[in-house]
Amino acid sequence: MIQIYFDRDKCIGCHSCVFACAVEHSQSKDPAAAHLEEPRPIPRRRMVTVKGKLRSLACQHCKKPKCVEACPNGALVKEESGEVKLLTEKCAGVFACVEACPFDAIWKGPGVAIKCDMCPDHPEGEFACVTACPTGALVAATPEEWKEISKKKKESAKK
Amino acid sequence: MAKELTYADRASKEMVKRAADEKIDTVWDRYESMQPQCGFGSLGICCRNCSMGPCRVDPFGEGPQAGVCGANADTIVARNLIRMIAGGASAHSDHGRDIAHTLLMAAKNPDSDYAVKDEEKLKSVAGLYGIETEGKETNQLAEEVARAALDDFGRSEGEVKIASYAPPERQKLWRELGVFPRAVDREIVETMHRTHIGVGTDYKNLIKHGVRTCIGDGWGGSMIATELSDILFRTPEPIRSRANLGVLQADQVNLVVHGHEPTLSDIIAVVSQDEKLIKKAKDKGAKGITIAGMCCTANEILMRHGIPVAGSFLQQELAIITGAVDLMVVDVQCLMPALSGVSDCFHTKLVTTSPKAKMPGVEHIEFHEDKAVQIATRIIEAAIDNFANRDGKRVDIPDDTEKMVAGFTTESVFNFLGGTYRGTYRPLNNAIIDGRLRGAAGVVGCSNPNVEFEEGHIEMVKELIKNDVAVVTTGCNAISCAKHGLLRPEAALEYAGEGLREICETVGIPPVLHVGSCVDNSRILAVLANIVAEGGLGDDISQLPVAGAAPEWMSEKAVSIGFYFVSSGVYTMICQPLPVLGSPNVTKYITDEIEADLGGKWAFEIDPIEAAHKMIRHIDSKRKALKLKPPMYKQAFPYEE
Repeated sequence: MIQIYFDRDKCIGCHSCVFACAVEHSQSKDPAAAHLEEPRPIPRRRMVTVKGKLRSLACQHCKKPKCVEACPNGALVKEESGEVKLLTEKCAGVFACVEACPFDAIWKGPGVAIKCDMCPDHPEGEFACVTACPTGALVAATPEEWKEISKKKKESAKK
Repeated sequence: MAKELTYADRASKEMVKRAADEKIDTVWDRYESMQPQCGFGSLGICCRNCSMGPCRVDPFGEGPQAGVCGANADTIVARNLIRMIAGGASAHSDHGRDIAHTLLMAAKNPDSDYAVKDEEKLKSVAGLYGIETEGKETNQLAEEVARAALDDFGRSEGEVKIASYAPPERQKLWRELGVFPRAVDREIVETMHRTHIGVGTDYKNLIKHGVRTCIGDGWGGSMIATELSDILFRTPEPIRSRANLGVLQADQVNLVVHGHEPTLSDIIAVVSQDEKLIKKAKDKGAKGITIAGMCCTANEILMRHGIPVAGSFLQQELAIITGAVDLMVVDVQCLMPALSGVSDCFHTKLVTTSPKAKMPGVEHIEFHEDKAVQIATRIIEAAIDNFANRDGKRVDIPDDTEKMVAGFTTESVFNFLGGTYRGTYRPLNNAIIDGRLRGAAGVVGCSNPNVEFEEGHIEMVKELIKNDVAVVTTGCNAISCAKHGLLRPEAALEYAGEGLREICETVGIPPVLHVGSCVDNSRILAVLANIVAEGGLGDDISQLPVAGAAPEWMSEKAVSIGFYFVSSGVYTMICQPLPVLGSPNVTKYITDEIEADLGGKWAFEIDPIEAAHKMIRHIDSKRKALKLKPPMYKQAFPYEE
């Protein structure tokens, strides 16, 4: 499965990923018009600071997702593809998932939970936030590819 | 990955393809690499005016709604907007100041390479300044006019005097609103003050000062640039020439002049005719010297000397990619920093000349007005010397040029309409009153890779003239119109509606009139003032059935220009919006409510045909308000009774 990885050394905190995520989840998908829509589009990604370090935060699509366990209505499922999917029609706004998530990456929305849905309108392996990131801090990769990228990064840091 | 142009002229398409083949990045490649561009910047809600920031307001309402200081989206957007006006007004006005200095120098020094070439214009500008002309030597009068013009930049109290060109009703309105500019520089400085941390936060009050600043540009600094250039280099008259990259010659020394101020380009145009230099070029194996213009300085020497135009803003790199440019000399404004890298891919020598615009690694031959001929000669000699370095195998000049007639001005074109012996705007006003013309539009401005190159310019202009709306054009729109054949008199037969075609055929003019460079948008203001003065169409510009547009705008100058048209009472259309959409209040104010104060407003419409239709609807509403007849002939875009 292609996932979205975050390289915190490259993030400059510009919020482009958050902006692009909101636009992607709008009706118009137009950056000049999305913010005027009612209801306002809600981003599935946030910029936070963790121990003084910037982090572009969204659902990690965990291997053993605590949110899936916590949901009393079965609205969160771990798909075969690896995606942790929210079935909005089943979500009753209990928000047990919000409490359960160790990353604080699932939020209370208007009546339903809000989380990364892996850009279902995009071609597979492409994500609005990754495309928008101007520094390459967000990377779309398979776990193997990401391991390789991290390894190379460590090696070049040693030099 | 390389961009393919789908609408533009053949020469541009070919050169963009060549760039891709040779792996040379152009503006379109860089634009693509920059996608997606920052949403906060595009919406105007990013503030960098102090170091508690940078701050940005979340347009989706989740995150912060105010900066660290407390400035909300309305304040941030308004501050950014009027700083853009200040940037644009500075560029135009500093150009105007340079021209005024040159006139002063010419007046005081009989040995100067510059001299008063148009005494009639000198007298008429003296009239605007209330300077007595009777019994004065030309150079004495020129000195007084130059000093009066320089005073318009820096006085601390009073009014910009040359703005007395505006219709009396308009001047009265500006005084009532408190937006009559005191001095060009003063309003720009005050814009910078008002937008500093912790000054004004009321968006309407900020924009009000933007209005004052841009009037100081259009009716001040730009007006001075145009009028004093006419005095020094003479007022243009209709002249035939050609446009597009095909004007470069394979067997000649090609020198491209690029930038804005005629002080340099005009001298180069004149000096290039020097027999000694031509002989030197022939000795080096060239058949002669070709001077070609790029951007607005092209328009200046086209209008006055008929020098052919190589291209517009987005073609500056493409000219070098022909491999045939021996030297490109630049002064100020709209010079892409990328020129340096592109010229490194060919033998082309790039030369900067202004102390205001140097580029790392680029040869700088500083231009001084008091040694103009000497320096121009040195530049042309450098071009001739570099001809020997040209690699003939890499020369690929697209076989594409178009004929045109340019050089219309406030004076020439409309006097032209009125007959040779007695110049008057009467026939033009009558044509509008009778409905032979539905109205008039100024279509001007830059080109921008954020839209398909030239589609907005050409489609909009064609739609307007098809509906009997006469078009005047300046800047890069004028160059696009030239390349697409709209500046030929025959274009009236092909594209104009019946009423406009009758006028063009009778007088022998194109349906689209080239009135100059972007600083010459002041000529359009002057035309509007003269139409009002002629009578029969109301007392103010805001009553005229006219509209303005800059379909492919990109520069801060365009923001200032658009705003001074709005401030003069003109409905002003641009395709991509101003960076204001992050504040619905500012957007509503400048596209709607501001009309109640100033009589003009902004409009944004991405589709050029739809944009033209909105302009025509506005023109129709003004016709109705003046109780004018419907258009004389059936209209392609129907007139609604």
